[in-house]
Amino acid sequence: MYHVLRQILRTGIRTEAPPAPAPEDVVAARLHEDILRILGRALTIRYVDAGSCNGCELEAQALGNPYYNVEGLGIRFVASPRHADALMVSGPVSKHMAIALRRTWNAAPDPKLVIAIGECACGRGIHSGNYATLDRVSSVIPVDVEVPGCPPSPTALLQGILAAIARPGAQAIPNERAVP
Amino acid sequence: MNVAPLGLAAARLPAGVPAQRAQVSSGQFLTACRLAWEQRAQLVALWASDERDRRRGFCVRVALEDRDGLMVLEHWLPGEDSRYPDLTPIFPAANRMQRSTYDLMGIGAEADDQRPWLWMASWPIDRFPLRRDFEASPLWEPGQEEYDFVRVEGDGVHEIPVGPVHAGIIEPGHFRFQIVGEKVLRLEERLGYTHKGVEKRFEAMTLGEGAKLAGRISGDSTVAYAWAYAQAVESIAEIVVPPRAAWLRALCLERERLANHLGDLGALGNDGGFAFGLAQFSLLREDLLRANHAAFGHRLLMDAVVPGGVARDLEIVQALAMREHANRLRAEIAELRGIYDEHAGLQDRFRNCGAVGAELAGRLGMQGLAARASGIGRDLRCDFPCAPYDALGVNIATAANGDVAARVAVRFDEALESLRLIEAITAQLLDPALARDVALPLPDAPEQRLGIGYVEGWRGPVLVALETGPGATIRRCHPHDPSWSNWPAIEHAVIGNIVPDFPLINKSFNLSYSGHDL
Repeated sequence: MYHVLRQILRTGIRTEAPPAPAPEDVVAARLHEDILRILGRALTIRYVDAGSCNGCELEAQALGNPYYNVEGLGIRFVASPRHADALMVSGPVSKHMAIALRRTWNAAPDPKLVIAIGECACGRGIHSGNYATLDRVSSVIPVDVEVPGCPPSPTALLQGILAAIARPGAQAIPNERAVP
Repeated sequence: MNVAPLGLAAARLPAGVPAQRAQVSSGQFLTACRLAWEQRAQLVALWASDERDRRRGFCVRVALEDRDGLMVLEHWLPGEDSRYPDLTPIFPAANRMQRSTYDLMGIGAEADDQRPWLWMASWPIDRFPLRRDFEASPLWEPGQEEYDFVRVEGDGVHEIPVGPVHAGIIEPGHFRFQIVGEKVLRLEERLGYTHKGVEKRFEAMTLGEGAKLAGRISGDSTVAYAWAYAQAVESIAEIVVPPRAAWLRALCLERERLANHLGDLGALGNDGGFAFGLAQFSLLREDLLRANHAAFGHRLLMDAVVPGGVARDLEIVQALAMREHANRLRAEIAELRGIYDEHAGLQDRFRNCGAVGAELAGRLGMQGLAARASGIGRDLRCDFPCAPYDALGVNIATAANGDVAARVAVRFDEALESLRLIEAITAQLLDPALARDVALPLPDAPEQRLGIGYVEGWRGPVLVALETGPGATIRRCHPHDPSWSNWPAIEHAVIGNIVPDFPLINKSFNLSYSGHDL
């Protein structure tokens, strides 16, 4: 226990704080205000990998490290779509994941946001559109924000979350293709 | 492997490791595999090619590895309805490879288990995407298939289905548990959800374009795949990359290994109920990724390795920073290892959990990190070191128990060894005597050649089998992840454990879904 406490003290607080005008700090500050205003105390996200190469997952996981500390901002990744305010979706949507993605979206209560992350999810990736994949996430469910990048950095993901909650009631990207 | 006892002639195969190929008839196929098993060879990969446009039918290839290197057995089948012998009695890991080969190529084994593996009703069951005359129809909608899971019956036995969407930020797959109380009687995996037609996509690409796709088969192993792909191209073109490029490739591969091991060590602490570990290790991982971005322009090092060499050189100031960082990181990891080792609660979760003994691991043909944790001392960097590993002398890390604790210990040992290698590599890169060239122009590879790339990624050996077409295009490319051989081992590792230990056991293997589903 002594070693654990010593290590915690030695490490100190590493969360990158405002007020410096670096992009991630700006995002974090505005994000906090917007979440409080629109969604109350917290934003809960259900993560769905719809056929990515797992690069996007590595960067989404990094959001939880002490530098980005999304939990400290009131953002939490949850274990059920029923608890989610938003879905974060990666991958071109492999056909094998299309039904699971649609069901996850149906299971999340309204109102809900969808953030599509990565080049594939935005329809520009190397895996988009062939016999096994659909073109993009918005081919299956309505998408509020697309975050490009292969994979997008944690900072870009934070900016994407901000963009999603900053446009309540804004026109979602239309649903181009219905999946049962 | 020595095929002389069968009266077979073996020919040299262009590859990054010592490799041979031999043609086997239907009568010789099983005998050759049995002989390979007796010579302590392991199954690495099984794949097929459509050669009907050359009037040669189909070719099923099996890659086997033993102490001599790789042996690729080639078995030609005349027509669409021909079958080849079932290899699962010799190599159990062949099961899913055979089923996938049928799903994608329509060439099946004479096996009892004829269930689909990568097919999930999203294209007609009688169409095979990897055949050269396959035409996809936009009318095919995502479908749903009833998979025939094996059921356990008896008093108090019930079933828990999990996935494909999981709790947490991880890849999709389905797990079907048969349990009594909280004890697991049986686990059956159902994978294939991330199938995205990677092999078919390769066929529309040039050799140069293929490098980018190879780096996006499994994002956590992008360097290993890109290197294996480059090795295949370079073997066919018979070129040797400049020494500086080889050092830079090894630098990237070791940084990839280190980043994944740090991430896993943190996640394993977290799954063992010790969130402190996740916070600490995720900081170390983030530092490493930021340094990658500063040095190579990409946090995960995607597109750093290209056929012919590497995309960019390392600046002197970055090399110095990496060396200094490695030194600091060693002290941090040592400190955290001490804390993990002395934490009674964590060790209670790790020890004897999800154990796979050496004999079972050998029987299942496990590979890479998980195999080394079960006492199987195989590592391509030691067994068949390509440049620059021949000059580095990698110390292999193994453990005996095959449990979660062993897989944690191997990760600690390999992380520290990677730090040593990073220091040794940066010393070479800082040597002014080392020539500055980091790439050769993309070689003009001859047509209709097969070449193999084989690289020890952080998870295990990654194989890329590449066949060239006219005008520096790809005719066929089969990338093969070590996860193929290790996924079945998890089904064994969880037997008799309790359901709440499954996430910990699964994480201790941390296998690729995307690299397996293709």
